[in-house]
Amino acid sequence: MEQLQQILEQALAQFAVISDEAELEQVKAKYLGRDGSLTALLKGLGKLSNEERPAAGARINQVKQSIEAALQQRRDAIAQAKLAARLAAESLDVTLPGRGISAGGLHPVTRTLERIEYLFHSLGFAVSSGPEIEHDFYNFTALNIPENHPARAMHDTFYIDPEHVLRTHTSPVQVRYMENNQPPLKIISPGREYRVDSDATHSPMFHQVEGLWVDEHVSFANLKGVVQDFLQRFFEQDDLQVRFRPSFFPFTEPSAEMDMSWKGGWLEIGGCGMVHPNVLRHVNIDSEKYLGFAFGLGVERLAMLRYGVNDLRQFYESDLRFLKQFN
Amino acid sequence: MKFSENWLRSWVNPDLSSDALSHVLTMAGLEVEALEDVAPAFNNVVIAQVLSVEKHPDADRLNVCQVNVGEAENLTIVCGAANVAAGLKVPCARIGAVLPGDFKIKQAKVRGVSSSGMLCSAVELGLATESDGLWLLADDAPVGVAMRDYLELDDKLITLKLTPNRSDCSGMKGIAREVAALTGSALESVATVVNPVTLTEQLSVKVEDAEACPLYCGRLVRGVNAAAATPVWMQRRLERSGLRCINAVVDITNYVMMELGQPMHAFDATTLSGGITVRRARQVETLVLLNEQTAVLDDAVLVIADEARVLALAGIMGGQGSGVETSTRDVFLEAAFFHPDAIAGRARRFGLATDSSFRFERGVDFAATLEAMERATQLLLEICGGNAGDITQVRGALPLRSEITLRSSRVARVLGIRLECAQIADLLTRLQFQFVMKGDAFSVVPPSFRFDLAIESDLIEEVARLHGYDNIPALAPHAALTMLPYSESQRPLTRIQQTLVARDYQEIVSYAFVEEQVERELCGNADPVALQNPIASNLAVMRSSLLGGLVGALRFNINRKQSRVRLFEVGACFSKSADKYVQTRRLSGLAYGSLAPEQWGATARAVDFYDVKADVEALFAPQSVRFVVATHPALHPGRSAQIFCGEQSIGWIGELHPHWQQQYDMAQACVWFEIEADAVMQSRAPRMSEIAKFLPVRRDLAVVVDESVSAQTLLDAMLQASVSYVQEVVLFDVYRGRGMEQGKKSLAFRVLLQDTQKTLTDAEIEPGMALLVDVLNKCGAQLRM
Repeated sequence: MEQLQQILEQALAQFAVISDEAELEQVKAKYLGRDGSLTALLKGLGKLSNEERPAAGARINQVKQSIEAALQQRRDAIAQAKLAARLAAESLDVTLPGRGISAGGLHPVTRTLERIEYLFHSLGFAVSSGPEIEHDFYNFTALNIPENHPARAMHDTFYIDPEHVLRTHTSPVQVRYMENNQPPLKIISPGREYRVDSDATHSPMFHQVEGLWVDEHVSFANLKGVVQDFLQRFFEQDDLQVRFRPSFFPFTEPSAEMDMSWKGGWLEIGGCGMVHPNVLRHVNIDSEKYLGFAFGLGVERLAMLRYGVNDLRQFYESDLRFLKQFN
Repeated sequence: MKFSENWLRSWVNPDLSSDALSHVLTMAGLEVEALEDVAPAFNNVVIAQVLSVEKHPDADRLNVCQVNVGEAENLTIVCGAANVAAGLKVPCARIGAVLPGDFKIKQAKVRGVSSSGMLCSAVELGLATESDGLWLLADDAPVGVAMRDYLELDDKLITLKLTPNRSDCSGMKGIAREVAALTGSALESVATVVNPVTLTEQLSVKVEDAEACPLYCGRLVRGVNAAAATPVWMQRRLERSGLRCINAVVDITNYVMMELGQPMHAFDATTLSGGITVRRARQVETLVLLNEQTAVLDDAVLVIADEARVLALAGIMGGQGSGVETSTRDVFLEAAFFHPDAIAGRARRFGLATDSSFRFERGVDFAATLEAMERATQLLLEICGGNAGDITQVRGALPLRSEITLRSSRVARVLGIRLECAQIADLLTRLQFQFVMKGDAFSVVPPSFRFDLAIESDLIEEVARLHGYDNIPALAPHAALTMLPYSESQRPLTRIQQTLVARDYQEIVSYAFVEEQVERELCGNADPVALQNPIASNLAVMRSSLLGGLVGALRFNINRKQSRVRLFEVGACFSKSADKYVQTRRLSGLAYGSLAPEQWGATARAVDFYDVKADVEALFAPQSVRFVVATHPALHPGRSAQIFCGEQSIGWIGELHPHWQQQYDMAQACVWFEIEADAVMQSRAPRMSEIAKFLPVRRDLAVVVDESVSAQTLLDAMLQASVSYVQEVVLFDVYRGRGMEQGKKSLAFRVLLQDTQKTLTDAEIEPGMALLVDVLNKCGAQLRM
């Protein structure tokens, strides 16, 4: 029995210093293998008397179990150590930059337009568009600006031929939409427009969002309400003040300029008014039954105020150092 | 419209500061664009007379002057101006004066001589930007009087941005009438004078087109002195209105125009042959205008003529040879009402914009024409003397002023607020509108000075304007709620833009007009849509492609040391088709420089055709598009393709031609694509199909084929063969080089075969694969062993 104890101690001692899986299995064979010392003892049980055999067998098995347990423990430890070593070897500098392409960005005008469209969409405005080379009729005549009207001179129009112009506003879309749809109507028409003008505050091409709401019960007070609501949401400023000043547009009556409070003063932000009965008549809408309001907002102006851009021309220079600031 | 505030206040003087008055005007639709001081602030500057001038004992350039400032004691002042001389009247800043720039005048010793003030130049008073010495005042300037009073400098200039509907405010009387309506202040009433007729002569006037000229007043005044000096007060008001003084007669007509809004013209009567005729010009008559421009006329233009020639463009500008000079003795004065329709647009035709045409094309008060004639005569007789004949008047049918019905219920509907009838009546009264109340409606006759009132809405605007837009609340609308349609047959453009953004493209917006040469050479567009009046020669035609703008933007950024540029733009492109203009929204992008930004973990590689092709394919996915070899003037002929969606060509992709790359100083190649936005936006609602229960079988086919055979040819051939069970054929490898004959390439295809009912056996697969090999052989491809 002393021998048994010796085998156990010897095995535990040997296992403890082994750190290699293969070596461990070899050492295991010395005890539990076919020719292992413990195996030999088990084989020797047959020589014992029937009385001695059960007790001796039990003792040997107990030692065998202890050895097997120790062996398993050692195997686990070695595997653990190996995994730990592998993980240590595989560790990365996670602070190195990620690989691959970066991301681009939208133009600030597009970003602004998306915002405008989203806000008006939330009020049920559909988006409508029209041609940029526009027939004189839609750009002027149908909007109550007959030939020779002084308002035509105000428009600094680009002409393609005597009948076609680059649209000077997005208002012709109103007319085209009303020709093809029956009230109630609620649209915005964002897009490019053109004027013969170029300096720090004027670009020969710029963007406008035109809004139109035709219904039985819309009023000037509603026009004020919608525009004020929009500007307050757009600038995320609940106390933004909006001022309406009488003005003149041939296609609205009454007409107004819209100013918003900005840095202690007022800034012109667009024009608006109640749709002129002549415009409704052109598209066969009964102006006794229906009323409409329309407004036009300068997109670049909104973008400039919102994002702190101070020179209009920067929008069209395509300078990446400028554009990337809006990503 | 620019004028002196003091002049306005001589008509109506509300108890409001200049700023408050400006605000009232602005909020009534007469936007005050500028409110400026006539002169910068200074004080204690009086008119002085230099009595004597002596050389300074210690300074060559200085003089010691004795100066009379209207007080018992003269002042000793040291003066450095070269033009100082005894007897001159000059401005003198007294001790304690503060001049512009916070320059304080103190008792001082100048090189030992005590000086009690400063003699001033116009520059030192902030009234000029340069001068050559002391400001020499008129001999009759009253000594001792403050310069500010003498020159009436405590005045402001008001500039109105008049909208085209408010021609009634293009004269002081009209603005004053408006201010009176807005503020309730009393309007100075000026009785119309009737000048004595002391000349029996009259010039005959014939109006051939009474519709264009329903009222013409003419008057001869003989024996005038046109060389008389225009009174200072008149000069001042004209100058403060931005008008140049010319001679007394012309100044008087201009003054009456500024005062009453009625443009006038004065002819030198001795240059006229016979009577005056107002008529349409005859074809190819010409007139040399006062500005020396020669106008070629036709019958759309109304003219004033005598029996020999055309004298003036009616209501626009006079001609040479009949105007008033300082030597003129006999004057024929004209005050007429030309109908806006007869004048509108005519000045613009000749590139003109005159004070007269501005007023006539917007509408002049025809009830005040005679008054203007009398007023001008009065001033003429006062200033230039002479004898006036009787006024010749020719009257036709003046514009009708029809009654307009204004319903208080409509006011409430349009404005969204209810105004009492009494309130509306009060507002109409203040505006000097004649009206009769009928129940809750008003029957209003617009006044002769308003040309913008024709329908009920016009009156509603007037009511709202005077009531104050500020007093109309901002109310959220009430309406029936319905949802907007939201189709799946189109993808929103924003989502496609976002795809490009995620693939590292930066959006730009460029002008829709480009240089003609770019269109012709880069885009192969021989006949671009051209502008008649481009803003610059390099922005003369409408783009047919977004390429020009993108290349311009790329060059701009390369010049600013950007080595990797990836841009896109969405916008309309323009072309002609028969007699129509075609406008197509396109989406276009280009990539230049390395594929990825410079980084540690990937080998740098320049972007190439296939990188950009993948971007294009990603935009269309799950739709698939075809790339067909084609050449484009901007592109490398071996590296360009036309993009097809079904049978329709919808775009281009390719590498910029080396020729352009060199011309544009690009260090690397640039890959460009352009597609029609509508095509890429096409979509459909997805429809699920059953997922196959049995796994697919993969077989690979590697073939060797001539370089000239495109991969697409082989793919098309295999797919057209409609081999059973073949679900998908994908090219996964291309090999050239070692082991491969020159001019040949190896292409490897992955073939996926599948049946919905069972797992395929080799026996079922092999005939299909053999068929594919057969098809490939027919295309000249040999199975690679």
